[in-house]
Amino acid sequence: MKILVCLKQVPQKDAPLKLNEAGAWIREDVSYEVNEPDAYALEEALRQKEKHGGEVVVITAGPARAQQVLREALAKGADRAIHLEDAAFVSLDAINIARAFAAAIKDETFDLIFTGLQSDDYGYAQTGVILAELLGWPHATIIMHIEKQDSGIRVKRELEAGYFQYVDIPLPAVLTIQSGINKLRYATLIGIKQAKNKPLRKIGLSEVQSAIGGNQIKIEKLYVPQKSKKTEMIEGAPAEIAKKIVDHLRNDVRVL
Amino acid sequence: MPETILVVAEQHAGKLNRVSWETVAGAQAIAAEMGWQVEAALAGNGIAAAAAELAGKKVGKVYAVESPALADYTPDGFAAALKQFITDKKPHLVLMPHTYQVRDFAPKLATSLGRCLIPDCIGYKKDGNRLLFTRQMFQGKFAADVSFAGEPPYFATFQNGAFRGDKAEAGSAPAPVETITAKVDAAAIRTKPHEWFKEAKQAVDLTQAEIIVSVGRGIKEQKNIDLAKQLADSLGGELAASRPICDSGWLPMDRQVGSSGQTVAPKLYLALGISGAIQRIVGMKGSRTIIAVNKDAEAPIFEIADYGVVGNLFDVVPALIEEVKKAKS
Repeated sequence: MKILVCLKQVPQKDAPLKLNEAGAWIREDVSYEVNEPDAYALEEALRQKEKHGGEVVVITAGPARAQQVLREALAKGADRAIHLEDAAFVSLDAINIARAFAAAIKDETFDLIFTGLQSDDYGYAQTGVILAELLGWPHATIIMHIEKQDSGIRVKRELEAGYFQYVDIPLPAVLTIQSGINKLRYATLIGIKQAKNKPLRKIGLSEVQSAIGGNQIKIEKLYVPQKSKKTEMIEGAPAEIAKKIVDHLRNDVRVL
Repeated sequence: MPETILVVAEQHAGKLNRVSWETVAGAQAIAAEMGWQVEAALAGNGIAAAAAELAGKKVGKVYAVESPALADYTPDGFAAALKQFITDKKPHLVLMPHTYQVRDFAPKLATSLGRCLIPDCIGYKKDGNRLLFTRQMFQGKFAADVSFAGEPPYFATFQNGAFRGDKAEAGSAPAPVETITAKVDAAAIRTKPHEWFKEAKQAVDLTQAEIIVSVGRGIKEQKNIDLAKQLADSLGGELAASRPICDSGWLPMDRQVGSSGQTVAPKLYLALGISGAIQRIVGMKGSRTIIAVNKDAEAPIFEIADYGVVGNLFDVVPALIEEVKKAKS
C-alpha cells in the first residue's frame, strides 16, 4: 500500500505561548513538535507498510522550521517527504491547505491518506475530510484500527460515549487517525543516519498558488480568553495549601 | 425577508441527540440579536417523532429530510442529502453541534458547496452588521474571533456546552414540519457502516461518582499514579485520567474523562497536572466544584477551576492526603 501521511508542526504542548507585539498572532520563538495525532497517523502508516509492503510518504506545509517534522518522520521509517515550504501556508484556512496538498500530489497515486484527527494549534479537525472531498475519495474519521481486506479496508471508528463502529471502505480513501491507535516508536540512530539520504521534495507557494483561493474564514483577533469563572487561588507552603483545601472541602464543597 | 439560520439537528435510530438543543439555543440567541429567523432540519429515515420533538421549540419550520438511504449514517449519504436541501433552501447560516458525526460529514458538505466551515465555536459576537464566531485556539490558551469572507451559506459548529440546551425556547404552538424526500442514490454511498458497539463491559461508572480525582500529563510517570489513587481513596472518590494517560496504558480506558471518554458531573473534580486542553475539559465542565493543581499558572484549567493551586503536585498531594486523613479520623 502506498500511504501519504499529512503532518503538522505545532508549538510544543508545554511551550509558554505569548501574543506577538502586534497582538495578531503568537510569538514564533517557541519550541515546536509534530502534532500529536499526526505522530500516531505516521506510526500507523509505518505499521501498515511493515505488514503489507508499499511506501510511506510524508507531507507538511509551513516555513523552513517545519522541515524538522519531515526529518523525524524519515528517521522513523518514512520513505520520502514533500515540503510545501512558505510561511504563508500557516495562515491559510482549512480548505486552502487541503487544496494545496491536493495540488502537490496531483501526479501521485496513493491508496491511503492519513491525517491526525485534529491539530493541537487550530483544532479545525477538517483538513483530512476536505482533502477527501477535493480528491473525490471516501473517508472515515477518528480511526482506532485498520484492517486490510480483499477489497478495501475495514476501519474501527471511535464514536461518542464509549461506542465504536466498524466501517468498510474502498480504496483509495482518507482516514483521520485518533491518538492512542498504536504505540509510538522512537527513531533509531541508523534511522536518523539513513534519513539524510532520503528524498525531500520542496514545493514553493507559487507552484500551488493557482489551486488556492482567498481565505473564507478569517481570524480577526487572537486574545487571552476572559475568565468565565472566578478562581480562588490557594497559596502557601504545601501543608498550608492542604489545610486550606480541606477547609473548603468541609465548609464549601461539603464532601468531608 | 430576514436571513435564515438553519439548525441541522442530530438523531440516531430516530432518537434526537440532546446536544441539538444547545445549537437551537445558540441559533435563537443569534437570531434575536441579528433580527434573523431560525429553521431546523433533521436528516435520516423514520424520523417523524424526532422532527416533531424539534418542532416544539420556537423555530419557524422543521424539515425532515428523509430517504431509506439515510437509515444508517454515512458521510456520503448525509452530505449529498443536505447539499441538495441547502442548495434549494439557501439559508444564510447553517449551525450544527460539534459532534463526532458532524465532524465526519460537515467539512465534506461545506466543501461540496465550495465553503469552509468554522468548527468548534464556543460563542458568537455581533460586530456592527457582522457576525463573529469565537473559538479556542492553541488548546484553549487563546481565543480567536473568526469572521466569514465570501458568499453565504456560512457553516459553523458549536462545541458541547457552548450554550445551555435547557435555554432553548419553546414555541407557543408546534412549528410546521415538512417532510422532504431526499434523492440519495444508495449505490453512490461508498462506505458500509456496521452496528455501534461498546468494548468489553466497563468496570467503573465515573458518571455516578460524587468525587473524582483526575490525573493528566503532569503525573509524569506511571508509578506516580499511585499517589493520585491514594488521594482518591482517602476522599472516597474514583480515580480518572485524561486521554494521554489512558493512551499510554497507565490507566484503563474506562477511567478516561474527555470528549471521547465519559462525561462526568461530580460534586468535586480534583484535577492534578491536567492542563485543561479543550478535549480534556469537555467531559467535566458540569462538575459542581473544580479544584486544579498545576505547575503552569497559564494552564487553561485555571479558567474553569473554582480553586486553583499553582505548584508542584508531588509536594501538594502528599500533604493533602495527610490532611484529608486527619479530617476524616
